[in-house]
Amino acid sequence: MTLEPGSGPDGVPREPATPVAEPITPQDLIVSASPHVHAGQDVPWIMRQVLLALLPGLLAGLWFFGLGALRVLVLAVAGCLACEWACARLVKRPATLRDYSAVVTGVLLAMNLPSGSPWWLVLVGSAVAIGLGKAVYGGLGYNPFNPALVARVFLLISFPVQMTTWVVPQGPGTALDAATGATPLGAIKEAVGLGRTVADAGAPGLRDLLVGNVGGSFGEVSALALLLGGLWLLWRGVIRWQVPVAFMAATALVTGVAYLVDPAHYASPLVHLLGGGLMLGAWFMATDMVTSPVTRRGLLIFGAGCGLLTAVIRLWGGYPEGVSFAILLMNAATPLIDRWTRPRVFGEARKLYREADAA
Amino acid sequence: MAGMGRTFAQGIWKENPVFRLLLGMCPTLAVSTSVQNGLGMGLATTFVLVCSNVMISALRNFIPRQVRIPGYVVVIASFVTVVDLVMHAYFFELHRSLGLFIPLIVVNCIILGRAEAFAGRNGVAVSLADGLGMGLGFTLGLAVLGSVREVLGSGSLLGYPLFGPGYPPMLVMILPPGAFLTLGLLLAGMNRLEERRAIRAGEKYEPPREMDCGSCVLCKPLASLAPAPPAAQKSRNSSE
Repeated sequence: MTLEPGSGPDGVPREPATPVAEPITPQDLIVSASPHVHAGQDVPWIMRQVLLALLPGLLAGLWFFGLGALRVLVLAVAGCLACEWACARLVKRPATLRDYSAVVTGVLLAMNLPSGSPWWLVLVGSAVAIGLGKAVYGGLGYNPFNPALVARVFLLISFPVQMTTWVVPQGPGTALDAATGATPLGAIKEAVGLGRTVADAGAPGLRDLLVGNVGGSFGEVSALALLLGGLWLLWRGVIRWQVPVAFMAATALVTGVAYLVDPAHYASPLVHLLGGGLMLGAWFMATDMVTSPVTRRGLLIFGAGCGLLTAVIRLWGGYPEGVSFAILLMNAATPLIDRWTRPRVFGEARKLYREADAA
Repeated sequence: MAGMGRTFAQGIWKENPVFRLLLGMCPTLAVSTSVQNGLGMGLATTFVLVCSNVMISALRNFIPRQVRIPGYVVVIASFVTVVDLVMHAYFFELHRSLGLFIPLIVVNCIILGRAEAFAGRNGVAVSLADGLGMGLGFTLGLAVLGSVREVLGSGSLLGYPLFGPGYPPMLVMILPPGAFLTLGLLLAGMNRLEERRAIRAGEKYEPPREMDCGSCVLCKPLASLAPAPPAAQKSRNSSE
């Protein structure tokens, strides 16, 4: 998050504020009188950045899944906006449609659904995301869980058949309208469950996983496009590196150890990193600033917890994919992590602080 | 008699065990997957509640204070055994679907709560009214929860399909999360009604404090830490 260079109170051009990572010099500690320079970041700005960053992933999804995906996207965004308006109306508050937050929720929800979802599935999801995921807690900024993920898990538990009817991309020019099949992770899970090896599952290669030419939710398939968007968010200072890096590192570590021990029954960590919703989750869902911890240490713990749970669910759980469950569980732990990693007040003694904490 | 009527009505609405006192949450959340289960559980509990209330009220001057809780439990457990055996004999299907929750009526905190808070201190007739009101209030709560969950989660009401075969049941509603969601939304609705009533009557409405986010375990210590620095200062001074 870089601040715009401005001028000091006496009109002398001032250095741009130092990024947090650099050592703090005495000049940085001077608090000047107002007016201050505003960095220009507000909720609509952040939401627009997220939307822009989601664009590559969206385009990849549209390329592979075609008009069906577009229909899901339009329905989800429209449903979220309508629900946001209705909820604001219900409690007689001004509707916050213009801050793009409902649009972001809608886009993320759409990216988490199969591209062949029936219309009612998308609309129920939108209502759950905005209504149960956000509005009941008091609106944007008060929700403990990521709204789009709440909706996804709600739908996954409620309608397991519709939520796992994956469309497999056919590419333009094939005679088929659509075909359904398993996701790479689903195929591996099934093969291993039947006592066969990973190689028997016939999962697509790493290149297909990277580009996105595999079955799955509409927005999760192309790891490369999502990574691009995530890096852009990082560069723009909207997200911090701790969550995605810790998330991916923890997943890679656990799945890597399992792979080294028994490569016949556990897929390689690269498949786990590029497959499923990991990229979408690590860069766009877990980094939601409302539902993740505040401190840097907290973010690392949060990300590592997400990665660990994801790997455990994927390898030994009942579902082939665990990113959404992992993030929701860590969302629930966020207040605890925040309490645990609360920074020491400057000048306060360590031991006394602990006592105050215990009291 | 007027006192009895008021006591009875209190259990149904103003002190409804499910929506107001939030007692007996375990059976409430677990067995309200359908209207039938809810009604069966509610009526079984009502029977136990009425009988134990009457019995405990009648014995209240003979049970020593020090051992009153074991005494209450013995009385309650006897009636639960009666209900368990009768349901096993005459309502086998219902008994099977309620399963473990019938014997668990013994530890239902509504029953012990009413015994301790009401029947142990009041006359037999009023205790009967209290048991009946509370029991029916509980039954009502379970039936409402059960109907919402059954309609959404199975697409039927009292076992009769409502929407035809095209309706995809929302499975989550008959699973535990559905119970919490339904109960939470119903509570919000109850509070809204109460608020509207208070505003109409010109009273000042105060939302229930214990439902406030600030009174949650996680936030409480943080909030109470705000004036802590002086205390820390003091202890540092004293240690020097």
